[in-house]
Amino acid sequence: MPLLNIRNLSVAIPTPDGDVHAVRSVSLEIERGEIHGVIGESGCGKTMTGMAALGLVPKGARIAADRFHFDGEDLRENAARLRGRRIGMISQDPAAALNPVLSIARQMDDVLRAHRDMPRQARHSEAVELLAATGLPDPERVLKSYAHQLSGGMQQRVVIAQALATGADFLIADEPTTALDVSVGAQVLALLRKLVAERGLTVLMITHDMDVIAEACDRATVLYAGLSVETGPVHDVLQRPGHPYARALLAALPDAAPHGAKLEAIEGSIPPPRSQIDGCAFAPRCPQAMPVCALQAPPERTLAAHRWLCHLPEGSA
Amino acid sequence: MTRLVQRLGWPGTIALVVILLLVLVAVLAPWVAPYPQQGVGVPNVAAKLSSPSAQYWLGTDHLGRDMLSRIIYGTRISLTNGVLIVAFSLLIGLPVGLAAGYFGGWIDEALMRGTDVFLAFPALLLAVLMAAALGPGFLNSIIAVSVTWWPWYARLARSEVLVLRNQPYVEAARLAGVSHGRIIIRHILPATGRPLTVQAALDVGPALLTAAALSFLGLGVLPPTADWGQMVDAGRKFFPARWWYSATPGLTIFIVALAFSVLGDALRERKGGTARASA
Repeated sequence: MPLLNIRNLSVAIPTPDGDVHAVRSVSLEIERGEIHGVIGESGCGKTMTGMAALGLVPKGARIAADRFHFDGEDLRENAARLRGRRIGMISQDPAAALNPVLSIARQMDDVLRAHRDMPRQARHSEAVELLAATGLPDPERVLKSYAHQLSGGMQQRVVIAQALATGADFLIADEPTTALDVSVGAQVLALLRKLVAERGLTVLMITHDMDVIAEACDRATVLYAGLSVETGPVHDVLQRPGHPYARALLAALPDAAPHGAKLEAIEGSIPPPRSQIDGCAFAPRCPQAMPVCALQAPPERTLAAHRWLCHLPEGSA
Repeated sequence: MTRLVQRLGWPGTIALVVILLLVLVAVLAPWVAPYPQQGVGVPNVAAKLSSPSAQYWLGTDHLGRDMLSRIIYGTRISLTNGVLIVAFSLLIGLPVGLAAGYFGGWIDEALMRGTDVFLAFPALLLAVLMAAALGPGFLNSIIAVSVTWWPWYARLARSEVLVLRNQPYVEAARLAGVSHGRIIIRHILPATGRPLTVQAALDVGPALLTAAALSFLGLGVLPPTADWGQMVDAGRKFFPARWWYSATPGLTIFIVALAFSVLGDALRERKGGTARASA
């Protein structure tokens, strides 16, 4: 049974001008011990999906789902209890996630104290151990430091160590490498892979970067306009993308264009979050759109573990 | 010293010096007062209502006590009044503002509407009402003024917390399961405390003024303890013939109030200030 099992999740935020459909219909199945990438452009609902799993949707937002389970528990009722205990969060900007005027030791200890019933000395050695596990050299010195004395990569490692300190076995990483240099970002991704392998963690990786998906994830789900339009093993999604949007995303990578040629871009923009969508959400921007696309919701196509929504028959890419 | 003048300007520096002198005088009252006994309240009827002279620089009151010594002893009462009023107000206002800002929702509504009730009355009127209800006396007058004072601190604390509450590191701590109490003590209180203590320090002046107003109305400290407001009141009967009785403590109040106000302005407009210093 998947650790995180979401079927047709929707999050609607009421506003005076009508509901904002932040998430329209997202399905996610994340197995224990995998890194599952969720990719899409800004406003496609990837962060809101993560926030919903943490129980942190804005006030008044309506969550509906056919299934919204974490390890058999319904997240609609238990998110607040699971958050910070079994579900941890790694944020985009590690510098902001650390209090600038408190030492790392203080902040690590606060988290440990909240979750482990241990004497002070034991908490200290636990903190040292966790920091060492994230590959920080000289953890004792790091504990005495303040956030500004650490580099971005070190800060992100501290944040990851804090997430581990909660004892969480499921981490939601919201663009954990966006604020970092490319090389440091790669190290952080490698660290996450290592922690998944060594500690049996499960990670939901929110990103807009196909490279991150290729580098770190086992499986991936592509979101578009609040809909999960494609999901499958990373290999399949990258090599044989089924949904035209996923193909367009891959074509838009700078590496995909021959040197000197104009970069591919996806024309147009995502449908406004307040609008009602008839047919396929991507149809107005799709180079292969057919008349039926604007009228009817696309059917699900399946190829082993690889699934996507499209009117185009399989293999017509 | 030159740096201080640069930062505060000359008026601010002079005001600061006046206030520091005042504190020094209050602490050293028994040694600086020419007639410490009379300062405490022992009568000296033989010299009653003498005009200012080399012997009694500021004259004497209706019991012959040296005005200068009385005023010097009065600084003790005035400063303690000011400091205690501000401290009491912080003690009530800070927790209320912290809770309202941090928890939000109905807790915020309930606490802040309750605070508004106190703000709805003119401050001095409310203080007088409270003092009249509690009866005169040192502690009662302090309580009476504090009741009108704390809502401002509650509001200030709340507005600070509203900004801090949404700091990513506060959210991160909450996400990591750190308890509310610990988050408030670790992340919120230290950052709120600083602007609040600056405000409180500047408020000592106005607070001491309000207390003086209460004792002028006979609702403050009781004789024989020396208190500026009460001395101005006592001197009215002999005004203007024995002008120094009311005028000298009145002038003292004026100078002290002016000093606090000038220093407050100087701190607000301070040149070369840093974000840290202004916080």
